[in-house]
Amino acid sequence: MKVETRKFVAKTGNEAAAFAMKQINPDVVAAYPITPSSEIVMIFSKYVADGEVDTEFIPVESEHSAISVCIGASASGARVITATSSQGLALMHEILYIASSMRLPIVMIVGNRALSGPLNIHCDHSDTMGSRDCGWIQMYCENANEVYHTIINAVRISEEANLPCMVMMDGFIVTHGMEKVFVLEDEEVKSFIGKRKPLYSLLDVEKPITLGSLTLFDYYLEYKRNQLEGVIKAKKIINDVFEEYRARFGINVPSFVEEYNIEDAEIVVVVMSSAAGTFKEVVDELRNKGEKVGVLRLKVMRPFPYEILREKLTNVKVVGVMDRAETFSTMGGPLSIELRAALYPLSKRPLVQSFVFGLGGREFGIEDAMKVFDILKDIGMKNKITEEYIYIGLRE
Amino acid sequence: MKLKTWKELEEGGVVRNTPTSPQYKTGDWRIKTPLFSESDCTHCLICFLYCPDSAIKVKLGKVIGIDLDYCKGCGICANVCPKGAISMKEEEI
Ligand code: SF4
Ligand code: SF4
Repeated sequence: MKVETRKFVAKTGNEAAAFAMKQINPDVVAAYPITPSSEIVMIFSKYVADGEVDTEFIPVESEHSAISVCIGASASGARVITATSSQGLALMHEILYIASSMRLPIVMIVGNRALSGPLNIHCDHSDTMGSRDCGWIQMYCENANEVYHTIINAVRISEEANLPCMVMMDGFIVTHGMEKVFVLEDEEVKSFIGKRKPLYSLLDVEKPITLGSLTLFDYYLEYKRNQLEGVIKAKKIINDVFEEYRARFGINVPSFVEEYNIEDAEIVVVVMSSAAGTFKEVVDELRNKGEKVGVLRLKVMRPFPYEILREKLTNVKVVGVMDRAETFSTMGGPLSIELRAALYPLSKRPLVQSFVFGLGGREFGIEDAMKVFDILKDIGMKNKITEEYIYIGLRE
Repeated sequence: MKLKTWKELEEGGVVRNTPTSPQYKTGDWRIKTPLFSESDCTHCLICFLYCPDSAIKVKLGKVIGIDLDYCKGCGICANVCPKGAISMKEEEI
């Protein structure tokens, strides 16, 4: 079925996520509510109560327990989904590494929200950027439609790669924003995700196994290299699963990056999540005036698709990188640092300006995006970067 | 034991040939060794119940000795024995 003829519904990001979960019909969902992602599990628990899914729903007393339950369930061979935000994700932190090192597929939907302190409930990426090195796959979506499709793909990716996978959307901006979502039929989802084929099962009493055993200096190094191999291999899986999805359902959901007018662009903004929409709008405006500008939206932060970024950005003159998180490294946000590291080995590489924006839900509008391009044009003219990073929208 | 390379490890660090704990001789840690005196023992089996490493060897309801491959020398057995049938001796290094 092609996208034009496909049924669409009006849903917020949270509703779209819960609806995807309903169609996936996971074996186990364990979660603890936290703004702005609470609704996902709230809506899903209604599906459970109404008997629309067969899921074993486990309301727990904390996020630490939620992710621990997910690990136990996944180790038994179950298909598992959870959702969280901000402090909830931070509370899961120590267990996130255990999920990935035991190679357990789990899909976690995250409504991005600033981490305390100071206390804030609005969007930025400090929560998931704080867990980007936990060995999970991380996919950041631009809008509710992409959230819906990405969750369905994430089930396959996570289970084929045997790695847990986070699917992100911007808190409130996407979690609570009503949008057009093109949906698949239940049967299409079911046939696409198939049945999970676990590497092992804790409940298989015929073949008893030990999991999470003590691994000291004699094996830890080999273990981590082995785990890395799984993440390297996940790149092909991510690519292939999305490709199959696009071919089968005619829905254009990007895998690693989304390119917007970058073929001949001299200035490119690299940005994640919902702010990409604002930049695309500005690019249209500037293109109408004949300016060679474009947007590269990075969707997958882990594994970091440096090969694609190198290929796409080597011939660009100036790149602006937008970070919705601070690292306190004093040299910019996480994306800008990794992007610059990725481009460094190239003999021909662009000037890269790092920007920090939108922390704690600070509005980021058309004028702000326009200002970013103005700064980048100026850098292009002077052929030089003078500031290590620039805060956009800051009261000086 | 030949250690495996990273490529030979199973994903997720699964250990299949369970149980593997008997392969790990925890008796290496010991700095004191329990000495068992059969003539003082009434075979009440209190030491057997208390030993955290299941190192008290019992056959047909009788204590027959101590498995020094796994005894870690904690001295609990000597402490709980009502007959003083077990005493702890410094290991000679
Ligand atoms: S506790 Fe003492 S008396 Fe009882 S079985 Fe053990 S060694 Fe013998
Ligand atoms: S010393 Fe400790 S470990 Fe050894 S036999 Fe006695 S109770 Fe068991």
